[in-house]
Amino acid sequence: MITIFIPTPLRRFAGEQAKVNVSAKNVAEAIRSLTSIHPSLIPYMYDEAELIRKHVRIYLGEDDIREKDGINTLLKEGDELSIIPAIAGGNF
Amino acid sequence: MRQAIEEIKFSKEELERYSRHLIIPEFNIEGQKKLKHARVLVVGTGGLGAPLLLYLTAAGVGTIGIVDFDIVDKSNLQRQVLFTTQDVGRPKVEAARERLNALNPHVHFEVFNTRLESSNALEIISQFDIVADGTDNFPTRYLVNDACVLAGKTNVFASIFRFEGQASVFNYQFPDGSRGPNYRDLFPVPPPPGLVPSCAEGGVIGVLPGILGSLQANEVIKVISGVGEPLAGRFFQFDAAEFKTRIFKISKDPDNPLTGNNPTQTELIDYEYFCGINLTHVTMETIESNGQLSVSALNDWIKSGKDFQLIDVREPYEYDIANLGGILIPKGEILKHLDEINREKDVVIHCRSGKRSQDVIDVLKQELGLKNLHNLKGGILAWADEIDTTMAKY
Repeated sequence: MITIFIPTPLRRFAGEQAKVNVSAKNVAEAIRSLTSIHPSLIPYMYDEAELIRKHVRIYLGEDDIREKDGINTLLKEGDELSIIPAIAGGNF
Repeated sequence: MRQAIEEIKFSKEELERYSRHLIIPEFNIEGQKKLKHARVLVVGTGGLGAPLLLYLTAAGVGTIGIVDFDIVDKSNLQRQVLFTTQDVGRPKVEAARERLNALNPHVHFEVFNTRLESSNALEIISQFDIVADGTDNFPTRYLVNDACVLAGKTNVFASIFRFEGQASVFNYQFPDGSRGPNYRDLFPVPPPPGLVPSCAEGGVIGVLPGILGSLQANEVIKVISGVGEPLAGRFFQFDAAEFKTRIFKISKDPDNPLTGNNPTQTELIDYEYFCGINLTHVTMETIESNGQLSVSALNDWIKSGKDFQLIDVREPYEYDIANLGGILIPKGEILKHLDEINREKDVVIHCRSGKRSQDVIDVLKQELGLKNLHNLKGGILAWADEIDTTMAKY
């Protein structure tokens, strides 16, 4: 199981869950799995070209996946992903 | 003339006031002298600015700059603890100065009753050593970040939304002279407006900016005094709902337009435009459903500082006649250069008229299944007709 931590601003699109467990081989699969469980998240996670939005960072443990293999970064049992959106005052 | 740190003296009243700093072994009177010598600019006197200003003033920072253009509103009092009910209707910087002056008369305040903008940001920020960003919107956030990078200042950052808090120390100068990552390394672009609820709908728990602003004040004092490890190259996340804190590493983005491998931005830009305020619907709609991008949309992207890749698939001799500064990969060689095509950003491909570039896009879609490619409609000829009439047509 992979645990995905949902940041507070996105929880209302994820059934008010603070974390969601998915089965996935890599980050892309994990996020796809998350958005298929909670489709309301789709517009907040993906842009029109179906790429992860640039104001949303994804971390594996304490490392940005950009420093690893991006969305192709392989995951192993027990890994923890965090979604970090840019926020500013009343906006995020 | 600014007094040298060695010449800084304290009165009996100051020594008594700061005594709880002076008896911390690693801080002591040397740390206090550094505080008194320091010039700190606090941008915004809102939820984050209130604790920042109160604590920096109480701590004895020598000179504090305060920038805000706003008037105290009743709805501010839920979290902006600098102000009292009697201050409603007054300019924030004036009410703040009065309150802070009463707290510590040894601090010198320089107030700027104005909106921080591209036209004044470098001039204001250059006068200070450190900036603490207490702004509440994306355009000013990117403005403060970029101005701090361009002026070589450390930017102590925090941001809040409802139950979420974030903090970091950006553009920090390490002892070896190198600079830590900045906001654009973390978030290259803001979220598109309209994706999320407006400011008024957003809301925030009043205590949260108090917590994050206090953390910011602590980082400012650490950066000035050199005590401890500042939150540079690291990112703090606070989930006030679950009471969870996490710290992540921030790496430098090689594509950062200010500090990446090929910097493209050397001055401040139009940040309202960059953040798509009032303009997003125009630029969003100009990408047609068949992946065509008009030259005016490309021009908007360039002017707004949008982060994208431009590829020119003509021949070198054509490039020499006229070009848009794109990466030159002639059509016939594209399959040898697949690794140069960005997979994450928008990629605009152009040629002379738009035909060869469309062929290239068709091949790339087939070979790689990329969905981030846009064909510049009418190519460089359309650019010469509509955008830059001084450009040679051939």
